Amino acid sequence: MKHLIPAFLIGLLFGLGIVISGMANPAKVLNFFDFAGTWDPSLIFVMGGALAVTFIGYRVVLARSRPLVEGQFHVPTNRTIDARLIGGAALFGVGWGMAGFCPGGALPVIGTARTEVLLFVAALIAGIFTAQALMRLAQGKPSVSQTLRQ
Amino acid sequence: MTEFTPFASLFGGVMIGLSAVLLMLVLGRVMGATGILTGFVNPTSGTDWSWRAAVLAGMVSAPLVYFAVTGGMPTIEVPVSTPLMLLGGFIVGIGVTFGSGCTSGHGVCGMARLSGRSITATLTFMVATAATVFVIRHVLGG
Repeated sequence: MKHLIPAFLIGLLFGLGIVISGMANPAKVLNFFDFAGTWDPSLIFVMGGALAVTFIGYRVVLARSRPLVEGQFHVPTNRTIDARLIGGAALFGVGWGMAGFCPGGALPVIGTARTEVLLFVAALIAGIFTAQALMRLAQGKPSVSQTLRQ
Repeated sequence: MTEFTPFASLFGGVMIGLSAVLLMLVLGRVMGATGILTGFVNPTSGTDWSWRAAVLAGMVSAPLVYFAVTGGMPTIEVPVSTPLMLLGGFIVGIGVTFGSGCTSGHGVCGMARLSGRSITATLTFMVATAATVFVIRHVLGG
């Protein structure tokens, strides 16, 4: 239980960051990518700020032997750059360019109960389940999706 | 047009980065929205599920805290039709599952670890997103 309160507060901090940064506003996200039109460079500052803090913070944290309330760090070890990674990332980009929401941008604003947000998240979850079913079909193992989480 | 907001965006980005560092410090986990959502809707075990549920509960509380502090709801402008939003959401779900992550998991946490996979994925989806926006807005005129 002792990990649930910090997990809640960390989620809240993430959600506030998403809301304040503009990542939860599809108009802003789509304008960031619209170099030939109404370009709004704000999101460079989101990525820059988040990366700078995480780059330094991870170096300090991952120098520890273990996290505060868990036995070990769960850091992805897969190093394979394959067609599934690149194809999946490309598909993600196509969907992000259509909707203007990415998962991290949309999840916190579920709390606004806006119809567009709820529709996006429902479609997102349907897509996740569909992809997991496709992977199971392709590999014939029921647990394969669980090895893929980043 | 949207207003250029370098300071708010930098401040929000720093908060996102802090949350990623704290999640790694406390629970030893990557702050990836895809992984957290996937493990929440399709859990492998109860202990694995509960921290994700708590992180998500914190995330969806953010608009309420934002309202309590500022007196207004976050700005969400959706210049996208409902069918395009649904299709986009579905494609995002497929893409992030095959690609093992999204903007937070690959773009922030993975790139901060200088993961080759995450750098490749991030460059790929940024280019694909820009290309999609170009086609929809300037080729199809959407």
